[in-house]
Amino acid sequence: MKKVVFWGTRGSLPVALTADNVRQKIIAALTAANGKSFRNSSALNDFVDTLPFATRGAFGGHSSCVEIVSGGHEHIICDMGSGARPLGQSKIATYGAPNPQTYHIFISHLHWDHLMGFPFFTPMYIPGNRIIIHGCHAQIEDAFRLQMKAPCFPVDYSQAGARIEFDIMTPGQTQYIAGLNVTPKLQLHAGDSYGYRFDSIERSVVYSTDSEHKLESAEQHASFVKFFAKADLVIFDAMYSLAEAVSVKADWGHSSNMVGVELCQAAKAKRLALFHHEPMHDDNQLSRLLAETRRLEEITRDGYDPLEVISAYDGLTVDL
Amino acid sequence: MILPLHESAGVVIANISGRIDHASAEAFNVALAPLLQNCTGGAKPLVLDFSGVDYISSVGLRSLMLASRQAKAQKGAFAIAGMQHSVQEVFTISRFSLIMPCYTSVAAACKVLGS
Repeated sequence: MKKVVFWGTRGSLPVALTADNVRQKIIAALTAANGKSFRNSSALNDFVDTLPFATRGAFGGHSSCVEIVSGGHEHIICDMGSGARPLGQSKIATYGAPNPQTYHIFISHLHWDHLMGFPFFTPMYIPGNRIIIHGCHAQIEDAFRLQMKAPCFPVDYSQAGARIEFDIMTPGQTQYIAGLNVTPKLQLHAGDSYGYRFDSIERSVVYSTDSEHKLESAEQHASFVKFFAKADLVIFDAMYSLAEAVSVKADWGHSSNMVGVELCQAAKAKRLALFHHEPMHDDNQLSRLLAETRRLEEITRDGYDPLEVISAYDGLTVDL
Repeated sequence: MILPLHESAGVVIANISGRIDHASAEAFNVALAPLLQNCTGGAKPLVLDFSGVDYISSVGLRSLMLASRQAKAQKGAFAIAGMQHSVQEVFTISRFSLIMPCYTSVAAACKVLGS
């Protein structure tokens, strides 16, 4: 495995920057510039790079879609949220329509925010492409067909040009797929969700979203420590604060930054990516959450090796 | 983990020390149970003196939330006081500072809750 590309990182519902959000970024940038002048565009770019991410960038608003670049010829994707649209366009731009490709798509669960990008995933309309949808839900094919049925969508699933296959996996059972050992794990979420661990000889990546962690369950804790063990990257549902996750939003099926840090520390994982961002949070809030999570990791390290904490954003590429 | 109680200004104060994590949370719950049972409307408020706690994990925070919830259901007064800076930071980052009654010191808690 070479890298991970985040195409959609938002939880529950895609969101977009508002006019006011953009205005605030411009005000923050101009305030920071404080009357400076720039000799050329390079100097201007250098200045922009000094600005906080929440000012010079944005976390983005597409729902869950993550690509694992294995270095092989076949493509590996986790979930088909709205981020699948730019991902599909990127593949067409890179490989061209007449050049058949194989896509392995691993589906965490069948909720809409994790499937809604599929009808906009251009490779599915192109004859010659092969799409294998892997998941653990017995009704996965029905769910994919259902969202493209009238009156929900104008193009019926039967119009797909690609050859689409479904592979029902068994939790806990490792399968060798596209050069990787892939192990699904049952997670706590309405209607069940599944995390996936991808292992190559040199690297391990865990995709674990839409997963609630019941703190009282030592057994569940131990099973996730094992699932995350020594991973190079853990992509983790950190939608809520811990206080929310155990009180007003208990049983909503999501987790927190704090549990992510604790599990990764116990599992001796190398890097934690906060993921499935709360759609109500703006870029400043998500940046603050990242800074707080890094501080939490620092003050709770207690003899563990440092855990690198990042926050996923649409367009982020992580080298493994 | 919970040292003998003492009282000040009509407040029952329990001194907590050490770590409250996956390994010790159950013992903490057991030790806290009888104190919580007495934390009812009309009874003396219960304050946990956290100055001796140097680490609390998510499991420990959940125990505190359940304790606070039980006290509230019994119409009792319950609070945490005197957290070390790093523990205070954990409360802030986890947002437990928003849902738990916390005081900077036992004296401050007694001033508000005491008779």
